[in-house]
Amino acid sequence: MDRRSPLRLHVPEPTGRPGQHTDFSYLHLSPAGAVRRPQLDTSVQKTGDLCYALVRVLDDDGRAKGPWNPKLSPEVLTVGLRGMIRTRVFDARMLVAQRQKKISFYMQSLGEEAIGCAHAMALDPGDMNFPTYRQQSLLLARDDAPMVEMICQLLSNERDPLKGRQLPVMYSYKKLGFFSISGNLATQFIQAVGWAMASAIKGDTRIASGWIGDGSTAEADFHTALTFAHVYRAPVILNVVNNQWAISSFQAIAGGEGSTFAARGVGCGIASLRVDGNDFLAVYAASRWAAERARRNLGPTLIEWLTYRAGAHSTSDDPTKYRPADDWERFPLGDPIARLKTHLIAIGAWSEAQHEAMQKEVEAEVIAAQKEAERFGSLADGHLFSNSTMFDDVYEDVPDHLRRQRRQLGV
Amino acid sequence: MAQMTMIQALRSAMDVMLDRNPEVVVFGEDVGYFGGVFRCTEGLQAKYGKTRVFDTPISEGGIVGVAVGMGAYGLRPVAEIQFADYFYPASDQLVSEAARLRHRSAGDFTCPITVRMPCGGGIYGGQTHSQSPEALFTHVCGLRTVLPSNPYDAKGLLISAIENDDPVIFLEPKRIYNGPFDGHHDKPVVPWSRHPLGEVPEGYFTVPLESAKIFRPGKDVTVISYGTMVWVAEAAANETGIDAEIIDLRSLWPLDLDAMVESVKKTGRCVIVHEATRTSGFGAELLSLVQEHCFYDLEAPIVRVTGWDTPYPHAQEWAYFPGPERLGEALKRAMEAC
Repeated sequence: MDRRSPLRLHVPEPTGRPGQHTDFSYLHLSPAGAVRRPQLDTSVQKTGDLCYALVRVLDDDGRAKGPWNPKLSPEVLTVGLRGMIRTRVFDARMLVAQRQKKISFYMQSLGEEAIGCAHAMALDPGDMNFPTYRQQSLLLARDDAPMVEMICQLLSNERDPLKGRQLPVMYSYKKLGFFSISGNLATQFIQAVGWAMASAIKGDTRIASGWIGDGSTAEADFHTALTFAHVYRAPVILNVVNNQWAISSFQAIAGGEGSTFAARGVGCGIASLRVDGNDFLAVYAASRWAAERARRNLGPTLIEWLTYRAGAHSTSDDPTKYRPADDWERFPLGDPIARLKTHLIAIGAWSEAQHEAMQKEVEAEVIAAQKEAERFGSLADGHLFSNSTMFDDVYEDVPDHLRRQRRQLGV
Repeated sequence: MAQMTMIQALRSAMDVMLDRNPEVVVFGEDVGYFGGVFRCTEGLQAKYGKTRVFDTPISEGGIVGVAVGMGAYGLRPVAEIQFADYFYPASDQLVSEAARLRHRSAGDFTCPITVRMPCGGGIYGGQTHSQSPEALFTHVCGLRTVLPSNPYDAKGLLISAIENDDPVIFLEPKRIYNGPFDGHHDKPVVPWSRHPLGEVPEGYFTVPLESAKIFRPGKDVTVISYGTMVWVAEAAANETGIDAEIIDLRSLWPLDLDAMVESVKKTGRCVIVHEATRTSGFGAELLSLVQEHCFYDLEAPIVRVTGWDTPYPHAQEWAYFPGPERLGEALKRAMEAC
């Protein structure tokens, strides 16, 4: 008699689905200020507990607490607030432009604005980000955000810096420390390590920052990046943006169940943190900590940013099909803009009136940029780079076979 | 001039470039302290230090991935994949990243990397140490694919590859690392030390990319080939008495179309030879090009000689390898057709 029970395959499921609230207790939050801040030269093993905790600075009343408080001046904080508002307004306007068929496709970063904005402010000029398609805040956080050019890229028009070759949002800004975005996921993560290794080989002082989503951590390039970063002690920050969703797949399908993405880092010998990604102060502090470690040859840091993808994956996606419609409202880490605003008001450095004025200013700024960009046409009206330009840049020079093909096309 | 094996010539090319250009770095599995399983990088770490010549984890995706990042930074990485058979985990980094970075960023970022990999069989390597995957690279726009047939070209082409601002796949036919191989596996091999093409300048020189060479002039039939197979073709021509003109492509893509076309127009007959599997092999592309550019000059159907469409066998290696007999028959067929 065989007393063994049949084997069962486990397929993870989120706790919430359309019509059923999510039970967010799976997130395992720590109270604001409760998590210790290790020395920069901490041993990797001593960050083990931090991978299962959550670094937070702002509490629910907007007070900054604990050892991770970066103690930024109100002036710096309002710059960050402006960057986040600019990102959100930009996304909202471009979504509308997509619905008006001015642009073919768009990806918003709603709810994740703090991560790129605070991180960008924590890096130095010359550092290089290797972003995914949802880190537009790295660019929009800047006072010199190239908004007109970015919109020209989205419109694929005759001023598109990428000459119409890339899907909207796949920006490339070497001069602003923003590597060319690939649609093939995770590839940039190991490239960031390579860039950082190059900087170390040359005795440079610049560091790299690689970006990946929770879903793509399942790709080989993620694990390869951790191995190479550890082996060569590369001056790189390895950011995992855990926004809970990879299109329709919950983060447990990428392996988040019963573990954290930060814990991957420690297993590979990399100091790792799990941080409230909707807390501007925590993002800034953790980014500085990791950047300082990299710059002092103390090695890579992996940071899991806990956040929530409040919008659809892209304009081709409808999240009401697979998750509760009110999920973001119920997400316990809230809205990063509202949280920083509450903090600034709590410390007496901000007011509702100032906030409203800033919102209006930024809206005017984005509208002006959009108007300017639209002067140069769009995919819809045919003001594009000429067809002949598709044959350029395949190689440094145009080889004979491409000259022949260009002639065949008749351009 | 010095006598060099292909291994020494490749090493010399890297040595010259490490010395001339501080942006050049060399890495791969076992290439550092040990100097590579084929010894191509022997002594380079001792000479240039561990940060310019180093070992990597066993991760082809990682090797090419960091090379792309280093290229974006401004270095000129020369990465080794231990056997061409192992490149597959690096496919995404080569095809989607390295090959398209310049185009997709409109020149904002470039990828001046060289990826070396030994290819081809004839060493009893079985199916995982014998493959010739060149067609998988020539199919990818944005990559350059190079494959030398002798020490002189190997050094000159590798220097050109390292200096080139495009990503270059540099395939090294390992069967001829130590001496030319005419396909007669039962006969001793003449070492490069006793061959004129083993004479290689010690310093800097280049062999241009996109430039084929007439390996053996002839008037009867044009043989288009590369790597080990040019030596087999030469043996077949000598043994059949057919005066074949053998074109050594050297650069597979982009390639020297004029050299091929000029020769076929002269001979009116064409045999295309490679060791790789037949279907959708690079020979199919070469055949199409000859057909498109030389149709009215052809006096016979174009003949293809290739490996069979099977995995490369271990024990049955010489039945798989397109040796001088198979090539000889192909030459005769090309001559017999009216």
